[in-house]
Amino acid sequence: MTDINYADFPDAGGHFGPYGGRFIAETLMGPVDELRQAYERYGQDPDFVAEFDRDLRQYVGRPSPLYHAERWSRELGGAQIYLKREDLNHTGAHKVNNTIGQALLAKRMGKRRVIAETGAGQHGVATATVAARFGLECVIYMGEEDIRRQAINVYRMRLLGAEVVPVTSGSRTLKDAMNEAMRDWVTTVDDTFYIIGTVAGPHPYPAMVRDFQAIIGREAREQCLQQTGRLPDALVACVGGGSNAIGLFHPFLEDEGVAMYGVEAAGEGLESGCHAAPLCAGRPGVLHGNRTYLMEDNDGQIIETHSISAGLDYPGVGPEHAWLKDIGRVQYTAITDDQALAAFHTLTRVEGIMPALESSHALAWAATLAPTMESDAILVVNLSGRGDKDIHTVAALEGIEV
Amino acid sequence: MSRIGARFDTLKAAGRTALIPFVTAGDPKPAVTVPLMHAMVAAGADLIELGVPFSDPMADGPAIQLADERALAHGVTLHQVLDMVRQFREQDDATPVVLMGYLNPIEVMGYAAFTDAAAAAGVDGVITVDLPPEEAGEILPLFREAAIDPVFLLAPTSSRQRIETVCASAGGFVYYVSIKGVTGTRRPDSTEVQQRLAQIRAVTDLPVGVGFGIRDAESAARFAEFADAVIVGSALVNRIAEFADRPDEIPQSVAALLREMRQAMDGDR
Ligand SMILES: Cc1ncc(COP(=O)(O)O)c(C=O)c1O
Repeated sequence: MTDINYADFPDAGGHFGPYGGRFIAETLMGPVDELRQAYERYGQDPDFVAEFDRDLRQYVGRPSPLYHAERWSRELGGAQIYLKREDLNHTGAHKVNNTIGQALLAKRMGKRRVIAETGAGQHGVATATVAARFGLECVIYMGEEDIRRQAINVYRMRLLGAEVVPVTSGSRTLKDAMNEAMRDWVTTVDDTFYIIGTVAGPHPYPAMVRDFQAIIGREAREQCLQQTGRLPDALVACVGGGSNAIGLFHPFLEDEGVAMYGVEAAGEGLESGCHAAPLCAGRPGVLHGNRTYLMEDNDGQIIETHSISAGLDYPGVGPEHAWLKDIGRVQYTAITDDQALAAFHTLTRVEGIMPALESSHALAWAATLAPTMESDAILVVNLSGRGDKDIHTVAALEGIEV
Repeated sequence: MSRIGARFDTLKAAGRTALIPFVTAGDPKPAVTVPLMHAMVAAGADLIELGVPFSDPMADGPAIQLADERALAHGVTLHQVLDMVRQFREQDDATPVVLMGYLNPIEVMGYAAFTDAAAAAGVDGVITVDLPPEEAGEILPLFREAAIDPVFLLAPTSSRQRIETVCASAGGFVYYVSIKGVTGTRRPDSTEVQQRLAQIRAVTDLPVGVGFGIRDAESAARFAEFADAVIVGSALVNRIAEFADRPDEIPQSVAALLREMRQAMDGDR
């Protein structure tokens, strides 16, 4: 493990070991390569970096705090838990870090239209937000089933001027929205930039989205050193496609003493088959432009996933996570709907912070992990988003109409 | 030489353009496919492209998405598709069959196992929509050894350099995607397509087929004037959808559509 230089990954073709790459139709090879070149050029460009940095401070509100959840830590009776407050970002989740980066790139590439897929609606809102700010036309693809679950975010996107297109094919969730966005993109490549919302898709997306989200980990590392005088013992983040997790983990990969846990959605339990945990219970395959762990049947068809949180309801996962799993650098685990809900309520009651159901998966794992650690140990949890968007789901489960 | 090469040589000698129908295997139900393949050959198909249904057909428009969903509702697997080819071969040993689909079912079966099974079934070529030559380093030698032609797509967005890269790996024929978009959604511009074919022919001696936007006899005839093959998919698949509740009539009805195209293509010569 010690001799891996994480900065060397992915390779020039976008591979993380056997994972990643560019598994796309020929029509997209040219545009994806154009994007790679633009990213390689602007990603290093001082003007671009300065503009990105300024937007993150002044528009998103970064740096987000690293908050010591003292009361909750005391109740759990183990490690000291610190929450990386991505819920305090403009639009309420980590997603905006990435949409700002990609929108700045779209602008430099001269594109006038952006498209995106969304599950929970957080990435759709974050995309519609930056599109409004930069004056770009915006179309969001969203599964019919998710439109039903996340009505508030649909309305937010429309208020922001985006067109929300319901996707009725396949399982009518995030993966189908992504298929539909890709179909739009092959048709409109000349003037359209596809803003993918997580570390999935063909190269350069997994590396590019990671780099935009790595601000989370860079800040957390610095804040932890400043506030506690040392590095954390462990990091915990939920994994849908894996962007908030890789954003937190990546700047710590070389710090051998820092353990890392990626938390997938176990839905109704891994043994039930109703879950969205490809790393824990899937196997490698190819979907949406890269090779990674997938939820698939014995014939290679992608199967329907289930999670209480729309943002984790995805049958694949970023290829870098697949690789980090295989080399053992990150441990991947899964939390059920019920456990996540319990953590949602606990954090709300004990700390006065209402977490997104996605982030509640990370919190639930932290609640199991913390008591096994010493009371001077430090555990950083990525609070990837706020829970306002989920109150209808939570209320409905309690039989309350709001 | 593969059946594909032999077929194109014969057509070239006769001064004819190949007509290649695409249908999704198992659409609307598995029992239709083999009789449909024979009926298409009788109606003038020179090669058959058989779609392997996939849950996430990203490069396909609504017509073929729905065809895949209909086939998958019957649980059609890659193994079953290969068995359909094997059955077809019992009566037809000359018409080339090319599978068209996405990589994941092949990944799951395993590259070597798939190659062996496909060759044994009588498959002549494979189009894997989401497998560009850059990612095909492992499977291409297996295909070559089994005499399966790797058919690759070229698109309006392919640069000159990419045309070279793709043609260097391609076998059988080259499939030019005539539109920027998914299958069956736009009408291609024939002047533009003609110019692109000239660019491709400057790089390769392989026959060049045109597809993705050909929907009727008129467009088939128009593209037949300069392409080596005309590939028709969504138009046939839409016809199959219309007859989904009368599957017994599908072979005859699709054959009638194909015959019109064949006549329009040959009539121009
Ligand atoms: C708050 C929040 N956290 C996490 C996720 C999951 O995405 P990722 O795994 O890419 O961070 C989402 C996705 O919508 C989200 O809204």
